[in-house]
Amino acid sequence: MTESSSSNPQITTYRDLNQAKYPFCPGCGHSLVLDKLNAALVRLQLDPRQVVIVTDIGCSGLSDQYFHTNAFHGLHGRSVTYATGLKLANPELKVIVIMGDGGCGIGGHHLLNAARRNVGMTVVVCNNFNYGMTGGEHSVTTPHGAKTSSTRGGNLERPMDICASVAVNGASFVARATAFDHDLPDLLARAIAHEGFALLDIWELCTAYFVPNNDFSKSALLGTLESLQLRTGVLQTTDYPEYSRAYRQTYQGAEEQGSGGARELGSGGAREHPGTSAPPHLRTSALLPTLYPHRLTAPLRLVIAGAAGQKIKSTASLLGVGGVLSGLWVTQRDDYPVTIMSGHSVAEVILSPEEIFYTGIPKPDAMLLLAPEGLKVVQRQLAALAAQDTVYVHTALLPLETPAQVVPLDFARAAGVDRRSLAAAAIAAFLRHTNVYPLEALKEAIRRTQRPQIAAENLAAVEASAGLL
Amino acid sequence: MREFIDGAEAIARGALAAGCNFFAGYPITPATPILLHMLRELPKVGGVGIQAEDEIASLGFCIGAAMAGAKVMTATSGPGISLYSENIGLGIMGEVPLVIVDCQRLGPATGGATTVGQGDVQFIRWGTSGGFPIIALCPTNVLECYSLTVRAFNLAERFRCPVFLATDKEVVSTLTSVNLDDYQAEPVVERRLAPPDGDFVPYRVPRLEDVPPMSPFGGPHLVRFTTSTHDERGFLTKDPAKVDRLNRHLAEKIEAHRDEIELVRLDPQEGAKTLVVSYGITARSMQEAVALARQRGQKVSALTVYSLWPLPERALRQAMIGLKRVVVAELNLGQYRLEIERLAGLLDGPRPEVVGVHRVDGELIAPQEILERI
Repeated sequence: MTESSSSNPQITTYRDLNQAKYPFCPGCGHSLVLDKLNAALVRLQLDPRQVVIVTDIGCSGLSDQYFHTNAFHGLHGRSVTYATGLKLANPELKVIVIMGDGGCGIGGHHLLNAARRNVGMTVVVCNNFNYGMTGGEHSVTTPHGAKTSSTRGGNLERPMDICASVAVNGASFVARATAFDHDLPDLLARAIAHEGFALLDIWELCTAYFVPNNDFSKSALLGTLESLQLRTGVLQTTDYPEYSRAYRQTYQGAEEQGSGGARELGSGGAREHPGTSAPPHLRTSALLPTLYPHRLTAPLRLVIAGAAGQKIKSTASLLGVGGVLSGLWVTQRDDYPVTIMSGHSVAEVILSPEEIFYTGIPKPDAMLLLAPEGLKVVQRQLAALAAQDTVYVHTALLPLETPAQVVPLDFARAAGVDRRSLAAAAIAAFLRHTNVYPLEALKEAIRRTQRPQIAAENLAAVEASAGLL
Repeated sequence: MREFIDGAEAIARGALAAGCNFFAGYPITPATPILLHMLRELPKVGGVGIQAEDEIASLGFCIGAAMAGAKVMTATSGPGISLYSENIGLGIMGEVPLVIVDCQRLGPATGGATTVGQGDVQFIRWGTSGGFPIIALCPTNVLECYSLTVRAFNLAERFRCPVFLATDKEVVSTLTSVNLDDYQAEPVVERRLAPPDGDFVPYRVPRLEDVPPMSPFGGPHLVRFTTSTHDERGFLTKDPAKVDRLNRHLAEKIEAHRDEIELVRLDPQEGAKTLVVSYGITARSMQEAVALARQRGQKVSALTVYSLWPLPERALRQAMIGLKRVVVAELNLGQYRLEIERLAGLLDGPRPEVVGVHRVDGELIAPQEILERI
């Protein structure tokens, strides 16, 4: 927490004295809550520049304008998301969200998730059981039976218990109060001082609508609490770690960096990344020199069609990497169902001595057919083949009706090749048959890009592929 | 030295090269790889990457983080842009620098999750209430994914607004061989901050087209940010003069600087009476079609649009003067063709016929299909 040092003069109010008068209706609970929030801030003596009041929509959404702190007035129900972004970017900030019961309805999802993550913020809910700004419609907290402009015959819905909702999802400080409570400044100060996600559900009166529509009053409000058997005061505290700090500790290695990461983020992104004009500052894929010759004089368009689990995609990438190692231009498009572990898997690979622009393959030069699932989805491409084209096909898929040359791949004759390395063996057989580039380039691709155990399996499959043809 | 990578990784690298230090996103095909790259890489550079509970929260997190000083990006596909809509409006109104990657997929609603489309072109232009300009860039390949992501960040900082990188399933997910020496990017534009001393008036602009400097929450000033129509201090206002000035400013800061934003590549041919216009993945088919046409002796020019929005009007009008025919190729039913037709109609003298090549079946437009219309 950033409290001003004792040598600084005491801050006597956090109200913006240019905006001395609240805009709320006479008797509106918001005025009481804001005065008590101010008292809590005075008690805590926070640096106003480190405090952000984030408001939602509705009458309570006007609140930020009356404080001499930072202010963020956002969209309806989303206040908690802006608060999350602020806190994640700068964990030093004290973020106070002021929202109504309407915001808890439209933004309930965000409320639950902020509670669950335990993002450091204080959510002050000005809960007056209806939409005061738009004409007194019912909200998620309107008591059962209550009359509002949208429930003329009485509310049929049960009210949402905001405190219980966030508490069950792990909120680390949960309290309920009424706007009339004398100890509300204490409670607000405790909530704001809390490191993690804190929520205060403050029940209050909407004198414009809910009071006249329901003969409501302070005593009726207290009676509603009682009839619903809802306690006031602090209902839950936990010591879960605050998210923005936990993130830095877990992901950024706070031991080395301290809170420096936060300041870097707060400074406008001025942190220098190495190599801003070239990509190698992020070496995540393999660097590929040209080590081998190739024998292509025109593009070769290959379709590999198999089934999920045959590693079609990753094996096609090996073919591509081998091509790059042989000085070729390569593109690879993959097609598979969204449920990746069932159904077809098709890779379209173009190997070319020149740069490739159009990456589609309406008519392949060669096809590798390895499973019925894949065969089913490449029928149009198969039908487009001509006599000079070649189909390499798993013997289990024969006979095949095509004018193209058919090269059967008899996996029964390739010792040690199983479902996991079948595609690698097929690609190796394709290279043996076509000599597009040397088999050694494929082996080098395997060694450069795959983990040792998988590489060993695939290298064995490459050797075994001699028996396929 | 070369590598074999896809556009998603190049976008992530471009973001980091531009100084991105905050990313929030929600998983969606085909944008998820960008999310995963950023979640993995950001902590290494002191940044924060987070998966949000939905797309609304993704953009909300980004906007909060941006106003706390971060350089932010998010990535999604069409259905996610639908949920971004209200916060795109907030980004425009509050003048938030942020980059939104749209990896377009086919069709309305869930559409084709793993199939390509370019159907969000007008949607991102008019994707939020009120009707204000946005900036959208559109790469055609891996290298441009990198360079245009850097440019998107620069434009976002320069103009304090959401900038789209409008790409598609094919560009982000097709693996491509790339020469490392071919990566290029413009110098990074840093955020223009208000001087630390003195009064800070968050939305004060001397002229309508000026862009106000920023001050992050938690920095040297008190800062006010608002989604509502506001005066220069960030307070709600209904004063017609102030309201008018704000709204005209939001448009004018982009409109008055179109020269800094508009970007095309014209491949002209002497004596050509036909021009092909395309963008994104389809521009690659156009390049191949134009090469084929020239091989068989046809004269044809080609124009690749990199800044979809604002529409590069000057370059397009210039390129269409004296032509007989303009072919627009795109993976939708003519969203950009409408714009070209409008511009063609504004030309003095003879106006070219504008014809479209469109597909919405999930397949790419083949060069042959464009060739037939040249």
